[in-house]
Amino acid sequence: MSDVILEMRNITKTFPGVKALDNVNLSVQRGEIHALVGENGAGKSTLMKVLSGVYPAGSYTGEIVFEGEERSFKDISHSEKVGIVIIHQELALIPLLSITENIFLGNERARYGVIDWNEATMRTQALLQKVGLHESPNTLITDIGVGKQQLVEIAKSLSKEVRLLILDEPTASLNESDSDALLQLLLQFKEQGISSILISHKLGEVSRVADSITILRDGATIETLDCRKDVITEDRIIRGMVGRDMTHRFPARTRNIGETIFEIRDWTAYHPAHADRKVVDQVNLHVRKGEVVGIAGLMGSGRTELAMSIFGHAYGRNISGTAYKHGQAIDLSSIDRAIANGVAYATEDRKTFGLVLIQDIKNNITLANLPAVTSRFVINEPKEMVEAQAYQQRLSIKCSNILQKTVNLSGGNQQKVVLSKWLFAEPEILILDEPTRGIDVGAKYEIYTLINRMADEGKGVIVISSELPEILGICDRVYVMNKGKLVGELAGEEASQESIMKCIMNQEVTEAWKI
Amino acid sequence: MENLKRIFSDNIRQYSMLIALVVIMVFFQIITDGALMKPLNLTNLVLQNSYVVILALGMLLVIVAGNIDLSVGSVAAFSGAIAAVLIVNYKLNSAVAVLVCLAVGALIGSMQGYFIAYIKIPSFIATLAGMLIFRGLTLVLLRGQSIGPFPGEFQALSSGFIPDIFGSGGLRITTLVIGAIISVILIYLDVRSRQNQKKYGFEVMPLYFFLIKNLVIAGAIMGLSYLLASYNGLPNVLIVLGVLIALYGFVTTRTVIGRRVYALGGNQKAAKLSGVNTERLTLYTFINMGILAAMAGLIITARLNSATAKAGTGFELDAIAATFIGGASATGGIGTVFGAVIGAFIMGTMNNGMSILGVGIDWQQAIKGSVLLIAVFFDVYNKNKS
Repeated sequence: MSDVILEMRNITKTFPGVKALDNVNLSVQRGEIHALVGENGAGKSTLMKVLSGVYPAGSYTGEIVFEGEERSFKDISHSEKVGIVIIHQELALIPLLSITENIFLGNERARYGVIDWNEATMRTQALLQKVGLHESPNTLITDIGVGKQQLVEIAKSLSKEVRLLILDEPTASLNESDSDALLQLLLQFKEQGISSILISHKLGEVSRVADSITILRDGATIETLDCRKDVITEDRIIRGMVGRDMTHRFPARTRNIGETIFEIRDWTAYHPAHADRKVVDQVNLHVRKGEVVGIAGLMGSGRTELAMSIFGHAYGRNISGTAYKHGQAIDLSSIDRAIANGVAYATEDRKTFGLVLIQDIKNNITLANLPAVTSRFVINEPKEMVEAQAYQQRLSIKCSNILQKTVNLSGGNQQKVVLSKWLFAEPEILILDEPTRGIDVGAKYEIYTLINRMADEGKGVIVISSELPEILGICDRVYVMNKGKLVGELAGEEASQESIMKCIMNQEVTEAWKI
Repeated sequence: MENLKRIFSDNIRQYSMLIALVVIMVFFQIITDGALMKPLNLTNLVLQNSYVVILALGMLLVIVAGNIDLSVGSVAAFSGAIAAVLIVNYKLNSAVAVLVCLAVGALIGSMQGYFIAYIKIPSFIATLAGMLIFRGLTLVLLRGQSIGPFPGEFQALSSGFIPDIFGSGGLRITTLVIGAIISVILIYLDVRSRQNQKKYGFEVMPLYFFLIKNLVIAGAIMGLSYLLASYNGLPNVLIVLGVLIALYGFVTTRTVIGRRVYALGGNQKAAKLSGVNTERLTLYTFINMGILAAMAGLIITARLNSATAKAGTGFELDAIAATFIGGASATGGIGTVFGAVIGAFIMGTMNNGMSILGVGIDWQQAIKGSVLLIAVFFDVYNKNKS
């Protein structure tokens, strides 16, 4: 007997000019993990916003039946009351408040407006136990990592007696072990009869935990796959998402690798706040012309810190070591000097560090190299337009025109704007930090193609990524980083998930011996 | 029609403020029985409120960069006081004294800017301190008294008019000629930018709308010139204002430094990682503000013909209000010179209109505050709707 907890029927939601959802159907059974997948812009988040009341009843057509009753939610608090809780990709926790304060924010344990902190703390303790988080309830959110913050969000949802938990990309910013812990937790909830909807781009984890998978494409339901009946492979899911077979997830490339163009020696950097903490420790690496070099490592291994300290000392203090381009020592002590010396760094967090979201595509593309379109302090706007348009076409950025604000672009297109910006700066060495984070399969392929093209043009490309298949798929050579040190260098054929993990583990073992 | 509607809604902010200015002017014109637009009063309006425009230009850059400056009123008073001591007490040459005052303004701006940009003290706090410090130092300099009167050449800074080279007596032809020249230049620039937009395949507003817009602007300029010409002609201050507005309009829209200020205010971290020296740029916006505050101080001191300890009180609020009425965003990254100038004229017209009506300073404040709130309310409302 199938026991359906949620049924969304013929949901249609239009925004001015676009039909975001077109007769979408979704049916979730009690006590299952239901994955919702689709490319960016397929309508996953919109559907969940309809469900949770962010878009109130009346702003869409179709019906929502939850626990056998037809519902029309006015707002989030309304949907939470019946037990539908959504955890957004961007966590909604207040950094400078404690775990307890966050969990009961808006739902305070109070009598006549006076909070009973003892009760709140006790209940928090119980909730933390349930989600397997061993922290004091009085710890501030800012003092715990993203993985633990995610658990706090889940504990918060439990405090509201959740029946249906919606997680929007919960593992996007988590490392492997934190992701595992989170997925384990979902499986546990399943046993307790809590249903969950999991939105994720990581198809590996989807096929691992999901009981059924609904695929959305272009605002419409494509199919619902039942994982209990047959085995669903990643390729099967991808076919549904993009509407065709993806025989190759990584574009092919003929390698044409030349001499070394960039090298750093004995690169060391300290934490900006804790002057005695080495974040990057005696790193030596080099990149050759036309080569794509990967830096693998766990979250917090110092990869981003290394990249940013190279890029004009944008991170860290007391940075020492030397950098060479074509064998000549170069000055990387400020960002404008790094850019002038042909080094570019595309950040892992495009919204916070990569784009001026309130500005248009054109302004973002030219920002890092305005002098190229300027004569005597005055921007040559026609020339700027031509240049920006050329990049928009070359990278096929989907937009109405280049005067569109970047905030309105999808993740993949935003990332292309960031890449355009750095290509426009005409670097010889490009450092790409998580270049495909949070973007869909189709756009990922385009980004990989771009990376290949940059290498073909004779640039040296360094790719930092947490996704090992990606590193293995596009890089010619891989450095492995752990705890601020390079612990391995693997040429293309030696590199595999196992050999990379082995490098990391070896170091851990050696360190354990020292102690 | 769709097209027109969209172009209109794209520019709604700028046009709606312009419309609001016209409505306010018509309102006061009617309620004061036509006194507002009398040549004499119009000249006074410009002279009395020039400081708001000057300060708003500097404030715009500060606000777009994501900061605020509360000290401009005190800095203006301080600059006036220095001018008074130098010129009246020490009989220094007026031109030299003016340069000294502007330099002092720059110095004050660089000190405040240093604390804000490099030491990372929030601008609200750093300039609140500046507001108290320079008000206090003004009192120290003036020893609690007013200093004046000033020699004629210094007064000419605010009360002079451009000489009429045609010398026809009645109507000041030079003023009309200058008005005509400005109209032609503006139309030429607009035509050129329209052609450029067309060349690169961007949508342009329909021709008739374009013509109407330019006719209205030219008409307004010629009308204003005519009114001014039938009194004493073009005041020197208005020339200074015109030059400053053109300069800042150009800097904000066409130059590298302008573009970078907007990027800085839009996303400081992204701007920094794109090679923009965000600290130095922030410092520059405050140095600029200091110079303009000193200039505003000189102009009002010249106009009052004495330096007083109370001069410039509340100027910072007028300038900030003008900038926000003109559509600037309190979080930075958004705002235009055109908007800030319109905002300043709205404040000025209300100041002047209410004074003619004999509205007390108490009610003036309350009404100006309400206008600010309404303007920003519509701004936020429009943004949420789109």
